[in-house]
Amino acid sequence: MTEPLLSVRGLTVEFPTRHGILTAVEDISFDIMPGEVLGMVGESGAGKSMTGNAIIGLIEAPGRIARGEVWLNGQRIDSLPPEAMRAIRGRRIGMIFQDPLTSLNPLYRISDQLIETIRTHLPLSQDAARKRAIGLLDDVGIPDAARRIDDYPHQFSGGMRQRVVIALALCAEPDLVIADEPTTALDVSVQAQIIDVMKELCAERGAAILLVTHDMGVIAETADRVAVMYAGRLAEVGPVRDVILAARHPYTAGLMGAIPRLGENLVRLNQIPGAMPRLSAIPPGCPFNPRCPRVMDHCRSHRPALSPIEPARKVACWLYPEVTEA
Amino acid sequence: MLAFIIRRLAQSALVMLFVALIAFVIFRYVGDPISSMVGVETRLEDREIMRERLGLNDPVIVQFARFIGNALQGEFGISYRLQQPVTELILSRLPATIELAFASALIALVVGVVLGVYTALNPRGYFSSGIMAVSLIGVSLPTFLIGIGLIYLFAVELGWLPSNGRGEVVDLGWWRTGLLTESGLRSLILPAITLSLFQLTLIMRLVRAEMLEVMRTEYIRFAKARGLTRRAINFGHALKNTMIPVITITGLQLGSVIAFAIVTESVFQWPGVGSLFVTSVRDVDVPVMAAYLMFIALIFVLINLVVDLLYFVVDPRLRAGKGH
Amino acid sequence: MSTLDISPAKPLPPPRPPSRLRRILDSDIFWSWTQSPVAVGATVVALTLILVALFAPLIAPYDPFNPATLTLMDGFTPPASKSAFSDNWFLMGADHQARDVLSTIMYGSRVSLFVGVMATLFAIVLGMGLGLAAGYSGGMVDAVIMRIADIQLSFPAILIALLIFGVAKGILPANQQESLAIWVLILAIGLANWAQFARTVRGATMVEREKDYVAAARIMGVHPVLILFRHILPNVLGPVLVIGTIGLALAIIEEATLSFLGVGVPPTQPSLGTLIRIGQQFMFSGEWWILFFPAVTLVLLALSVNLLGDWLRDALNPKLR
Repeated sequence: MTEPLLSVRGLTVEFPTRHGILTAVEDISFDIMPGEVLGMVGESGAGKSMTGNAIIGLIEAPGRIARGEVWLNGQRIDSLPPEAMRAIRGRRIGMIFQDPLTSLNPLYRISDQLIETIRTHLPLSQDAARKRAIGLLDDVGIPDAARRIDDYPHQFSGGMRQRVVIALALCAEPDLVIADEPTTALDVSVQAQIIDVMKELCAERGAAILLVTHDMGVIAETADRVAVMYAGRLAEVGPVRDVILAARHPYTAGLMGAIPRLGENLVRLNQIPGAMPRLSAIPPGCPFNPRCPRVMDHCRSHRPALSPIEPARKVACWLYPEVTEA
Repeated sequence: MLAFIIRRLAQSALVMLFVALIAFVIFRYVGDPISSMVGVETRLEDREIMRERLGLNDPVIVQFARFIGNALQGEFGISYRLQQPVTELILSRLPATIELAFASALIALVVGVVLGVYTALNPRGYFSSGIMAVSLIGVSLPTFLIGIGLIYLFAVELGWLPSNGRGEVVDLGWWRTGLLTESGLRSLILPAITLSLFQLTLIMRLVRAEMLEVMRTEYIRFAKARGLTRRAINFGHALKNTMIPVITITGLQLGSVIAFAIVTESVFQWPGVGSLFVTSVRDVDVPVMAAYLMFIALIFVLINLVVDLLYFVVDPRLRAGKGH
Repeated sequence: MSTLDISPAKPLPPPRPPSRLRRILDSDIFWSWTQSPVAVGATVVALTLILVALFAPLIAPYDPFNPATLTLMDGFTPPASKSAFSDNWFLMGADHQARDVLSTIMYGSRVSLFVGVMATLFAIVLGMGLGLAAGYSGGMVDAVIMRIADIQLSFPAILIALLIFGVAKGILPANQQESLAIWVLILAIGLANWAQFARTVRGATMVEREKDYVAAARIMGVHPVLILFRHILPNVLGPVLVIGTIGLALAIIEEATLSFLGVGVPPTQPSLGTLIRIGQQFMFSGEWWILFFPAVTLVLLALSVNLLGDWLRDALNPKLR
């Protein structure tokens, strides 16, 4: 078995506030294999984006990684000095942001932003970097790249800008790309194109993707495996097909129940009652217990750990005897 | 872009017309122009003849048009007090004010931007909080008291710098400068600092607020996520975006600096147009007051135009964008 | 592609605790006042200075403007010492005319505060009136008033005030100039500061005007003036109070500056600015107290009022809290 590209172990992210410490991400562990696409899904505020930010070392103060480890290619990167971490960002982990309208500096030409990023990480001359930048824009599907490279961001449409963002994330050939809701801000008509471009380019380069989204449809079409987050914890991890067809965690099942399916005599679409708790009011025991249709007394006082129940599948739910206490 | 410039020019002309109207009203109706020109013993008939000859009996609109015509030629009459053409008077004192204003603007801009960037990048440091507290106190202090304080410390107690005047000046024919002599430069220090402090605080607070705002934007986070160096982010991406509003305000402040010089020049007995204006107000020297008003308004309008054009140079969205 | 969005299970906004709803504005402000040492300190200093100024004739140790009580030989007596020639004792020293500096400061603060308060009130009334008119009627009235405000706001207030002062001096007959000087000063400073109020009030008025209850009142035929007073005015008082406090500090500074420049109050009724102007003449000869104490008083007055205004702005602006 090959070594994982990225390995997250017991990651916990905390925010000290006036009202005490809020735990945005608690004790999560998962691996990403080289070239693999891991979808990370959950409601807004479940901690998915925070996980991505923690991996790349961009948690905004006063937030901090309180516990846990992040390993990239066998190197521990969560405790690196700032300068060493900076050299990893962009070079070995690329990041794609949500809103292409705000993630490009409006005062810099596309060429400046690309060349600056390329030359920060690769020992190339100005001319060589420019050639590489034009090639990248070509790859992400910007027509007439050689001419348009000197345009400013406002001269591109939203979809085109997101292509530029992808080019920027890939410009130093990273091993891992973290895509944080890459299509949420885009028109439905261009979402699929952007996902295709991203997936294709990463596949060509052998880069793995951590795809953070709340859109199950995108995950179903794109990811190899899926990790479901709820209230800062992982509820379930497994191959996309298995999770969609046979969810193990009641929360995942609820999510899947919300997907209309042909050939099933469902009376009505299933909706999960209630709302995800705020970070300051996560209940004891299993965080999902107040909303869970199959809640047991045990769930209210004991917190389940994410435990393997089948090969390649893990779940954090007391319905399964293999699950241990966190 | 051309349409924008034309519209701005039209607006500026309107503003100037409005100020000219006020200047005209002051010029024409404050005090009696005749009695300030002739002695008490002049007979009533002679006064009436003069009145007629000067056109003071013409319809108001004709007089206003004549006033504007004269103003366009730089003609503002004779100072009551000094019996000299007003334009000549202002021009002879202009170099002193301009040198003072530019020195102050330079200090305010450089120190203000440096301190603003520093306090924005280290928002929690002790030094930053100290600067912010001092700046709050600084804006509450009257300019003339700061000047007096500096004079007391550096001129009276320490005796390092001169307390008033311009020092030795060099006559370049059309410009008398104090920048070429040691005593001229030493005389410039205290008034320039005094005049700069207020604008300095403004610029510093503005730079700080803008920079904090910019540091929170997505494109800065994306720049960090791409692994750009701290220097490239802070002094490239962040500072460039910060500078757009700062340029506007700083540019507009230059006009204020020249106008604020009124107080500073009086404290330091600096022979510029500001102190000329104060003495003319004290002695109700109406032509000088009216001319000074027009002169300051012209400077403001010109600066506004230049700032608008600068916007185009700096912000590509405006340059390429359709409309405004 | 089919988008299966699972996100919209949005949590409801947390219910407001009822105590906070019931808490009236005043107590909220008071509470935030007690939480701010700067605000408490500024209030104490400002109140002390205001009370001293108000009761100056009762508590001042000397009457500095009654030549009969002055002993000319007491001139230049240093602070906290007895005159070498009489039994008079001076806490803050005596000036060149043998006046007790402490007493001149007490009377001077009176003049400074009077001019500052009156000028600010004048600016508020004028600015609010024009702002309400501009915001409520819109159109040409609005355009003209706000253009004038814009032009004026781009010039420093001190320049405007100087100009108005000069004009008034040119118009008034010479024998009345001295007696009217204070009112001219109030007029000049007030006219120089109205635009800020007009701009704020206009903005708030335009927001209120669009609201349904104002539209309803208008349809019911309520007189515009009544609408302005009953519905719109209460909504603009908060911002006006903030700008008014900061404006008072500005007006005090402007008065001091004008008097310092020698174009303000007559020497027979010296304000703090006049006292500083006088004291400056003795800076080089060593009688520092004639300058120092009035300067400190002016700084304390302007600073405390300004800090109060700053605090008030933060306290009344929930966005910043």
